[in-house]
Amino acid sequence: MKRRKVDLSRLPAAAGEALDERFQAATPLRRLMNKVFPDHWSFLLGEIALYSFVVLLLSGVFLSLFFDPSMADTKYTGSYTPLHGVEMSQAYNTAVRLSFDIRGGLFMRQMHHWAALLFMAAIVVHMFRTFFTGAFRKPREANWIVGVLLFWIGLLEGFCGYGLPDDALSGTGLRIMTAIVLSIPVVGTWVTTSLFGGEFPGTVILDRLYIAHVLLIPGALLALITVHMGLLVKQKHTQWPGPGRTNNNVVGVRMFPGFAAKGGGFFMIVFAVIAAFAGLFQINPIWLFGPYKAAVVSAASQPDWYVMFLDGSTRLMPAWEIRFHLWGGGYTLPPIFWPTVVLPGILSMLPMLYPFLEARWTKDKRVHNLLQRPRDVPMRTALGCMAIGFYVVLLLSGGNDVIADKFNISLNAMTWAGRIGILLVPPLCFYVAYRICLGLQQHDREVLAHGVETGIIKRLPNGQFIEVHQPLAATSNGHGDEHGAGLEYAGWTVPKKMNRLGALAPTVKGFFYPIEKPAPPTARPVEAPVSPAPAREEITSGH
Amino acid sequence: MSTHTDTAPADEELDVLDPRNTKFDLIKEGARRDGVEIVHYAPRFPVAGTKAERRIERSIAFLFFLCFLGGMGFVVTYIWWPWRYESGAAPAVLSKLYNPLLGASLGLALLTLGMAIILWAKKLLPEEVSVQVRHDGQSPRDEQILTAAHITNMGEELGIKRRPLMMGALSLAALPLGLAAGAPIVGAIIVDPHRKDENIFDETGWNPKYNNGQPIRLTREDGSPIKPEEISVGGQITVYPGIPGGATNEHADSPTLLIRLRDADAKTARDNAANNTRNAGSQWGSYVAYSKICTHAGCPASLYEQQTNRLLCPCHQSQFQITDNARPIFGPASRGLPQLPIDVDSEGYFIAKSDYKVQVGPAYWERP
Repeated sequence: MKRRKVDLSRLPAAAGEALDERFQAATPLRRLMNKVFPDHWSFLLGEIALYSFVVLLLSGVFLSLFFDPSMADTKYTGSYTPLHGVEMSQAYNTAVRLSFDIRGGLFMRQMHHWAALLFMAAIVVHMFRTFFTGAFRKPREANWIVGVLLFWIGLLEGFCGYGLPDDALSGTGLRIMTAIVLSIPVVGTWVTTSLFGGEFPGTVILDRLYIAHVLLIPGALLALITVHMGLLVKQKHTQWPGPGRTNNNVVGVRMFPGFAAKGGGFFMIVFAVIAAFAGLFQINPIWLFGPYKAAVVSAASQPDWYVMFLDGSTRLMPAWEIRFHLWGGGYTLPPIFWPTVVLPGILSMLPMLYPFLEARWTKDKRVHNLLQRPRDVPMRTALGCMAIGFYVVLLLSGGNDVIADKFNISLNAMTWAGRIGILLVPPLCFYVAYRICLGLQQHDREVLAHGVETGIIKRLPNGQFIEVHQPLAATSNGHGDEHGAGLEYAGWTVPKKMNRLGALAPTVKGFFYPIEKPAPPTARPVEAPVSPAPAREEITSGH
Repeated sequence: MSTHTDTAPADEELDVLDPRNTKFDLIKEGARRDGVEIVHYAPRFPVAGTKAERRIERSIAFLFFLCFLGGMGFVVTYIWWPWRYESGAAPAVLSKLYNPLLGASLGLALLTLGMAIILWAKKLLPEEVSVQVRHDGQSPRDEQILTAAHITNMGEELGIKRRPLMMGALSLAALPLGLAAGAPIVGAIIVDPHRKDENIFDETGWNPKYNNGQPIRLTREDGSPIKPEEISVGGQITVYPGIPGGATNEHADSPTLLIRLRDADAKTARDNAANNTRNAGSQWGSYVAYSKICTHAGCPASLYEQQTNRLLCPCHQSQFQITDNARPIFGPASRGLPQLPIDVDSEGYFIAKSDYKVQVGPAYWERP
């Protein structure tokens, strides 16, 4: 039999054909690669969350190989001598062993924790971007809701993880959680004893938290992230207004190669930051806290930052307990119920409803693919700032004991500042943001009507001094003057400085010496009719 | 390939098999079929091999080299650097650097890799502006009508409206099945909080039933009993029920703070307690014992301020006035700390006369 020669150069094409015969992938694959993504830095915030999640999955799998969530009693015999012989749960034991007796285990633990903090932070900032630019509007309400759910489920996931190592902080967090669940009317005690299999802390809670933390909640997160991305692909990304950009198109670069390359590179950078943090900055040193004991707590017991606002709301809540008698029995509604059950309830439902509330308020049922600048929607921006103000007061109050300690302020004064602040700061934020929006709007219109300030002061024949304004377009009388028609506002940045109009020469490239001749400006900015500087004549000998 | 800004009109189909097509013609045609128009596509360096281009190539190559160094650094550190925790003085320095070195090397490798890829994409890939058409809004009307017909037909064929008996029967059949789906989850984990045999909320480790009905001693964490003279004036100590496992989390609601008040404060405390039916007589001399479990969220209220006789819970800053029945005076707590009635037995050790007379820990719905 004659041996056939393998033609290597034909191999990729042959493989491609073989695959296509089976999967008919050519058209969908090309469609995917041709998908156009708009480009703006603010669109990368969600990507940070996505990449952090990947790091969380990777580092989490490593941790799960060595961690045992059992609450069985054991004595520590590992290499961290200060804990030698201390009675502890198997969970805490394995968490400490992960930190000291597993090669690179501490690095992975810290990577996991830092990635979780970054994941939540990126979600929050991404949410700000989506909110303030109106990206949640029709047709994207569903994806906004998925995003809000991702935040809350992410918070829950983080809390479960925080409780797992069974150190003093996690146990304290769990105990507070018990009090929160207990405070729920009617079912509180039933839910608590069912969760803990009896009395706190019992013997089963960590096993249950563990399965929630490594399977149930990550599964939910993964599913929601898939829906989030799927809807993004289906509905396509929003874009900022600008030249050539309409409500019916997407202007940008195609997914392959441009967008994917940048995205891949960005993933590496996010990963790099998490890895550097994991190595250089200590986080959650559980061996210093010791195992959880019901009688032990230290000052400055704070949850992770994304739960801190709820801790703050708990601290600020006045001791208003409702007791009443009904059908012969006495009943109680503890004060902790309001800041930790009712408040999160409102804070999760209200944002989900917001797209519909705003659509009803503005009677806007149209489809929006173009983003809005925050200044152009002062009401929404002010509401958002109000929410942020509310949130920041709670966040700071979550650490008010540390602030009181470091700045030598009375702790009670800090609590009262928070109580008053929670009433005053949000409306103040609303007002200030609203006024700033109006001011910025006005300035945009002013520049469009009168032009950019040039910094050139001109003296008129009558002795009056005026500043020369550079109009952005030729107006009816040929000169942009104060009463020219000006330009229509296009919902996008108005150039407000002369070098934005090309008044400066392009930068010369090269660090030590110019590597190329400065290219002549590609297009003489015709819309900026600054008369060219008069050619200098060489001074020759005076004749 | 130079700037392709305006070549073929967008709607004209290209003969893909024409051998005269350039690769860019094919790319443009592929994009067109996907609703994408490449309106601007220009190489960054129209003339290949200029100084500027080579400079960027060198930068990217250098970043890849740094990535190589970082990656090697990580692997070498991971494998050969002394990493075990040592409590000794001299060699501990090296092992302390293990984690920072891992982070720095991996961070360097990934950062430079990311920068190289992004630089490659931004400086060497052609400049591109593409415009894709959106297909927003609803499906074509006829599509909607066809799908709606299919769905309504399903309902009609099944005869949901026509056959009420069937619907009723189906609902009847489905109800227990739905409950059956939830039953194993709920049924397996549910625990009655008010079981008669185990008073989860009413009992602590101080209940004499754990000591054959005899009063239980106040002990330290190591189980040793405490004599009054072992606590100095103004001092405080966390005590646990002197039963097996009394200091463990099995009795997480039992930790108690035993405080020796100054004589004047002790008198104030006694006077205040006299008006309190529950706490009267719980004090022994100038010693008082209060539950350490905060009535707000269950944290150990453990910061005792000797001068003011206040107890502060570090979790949410509730403050309790120890000399006034541990009444809450600041913060979110609404109930005072329960007092443990104490006495001294014949051997001179502290004992609890009985369990707490009121539930310990956070409040809940059924609590009077």
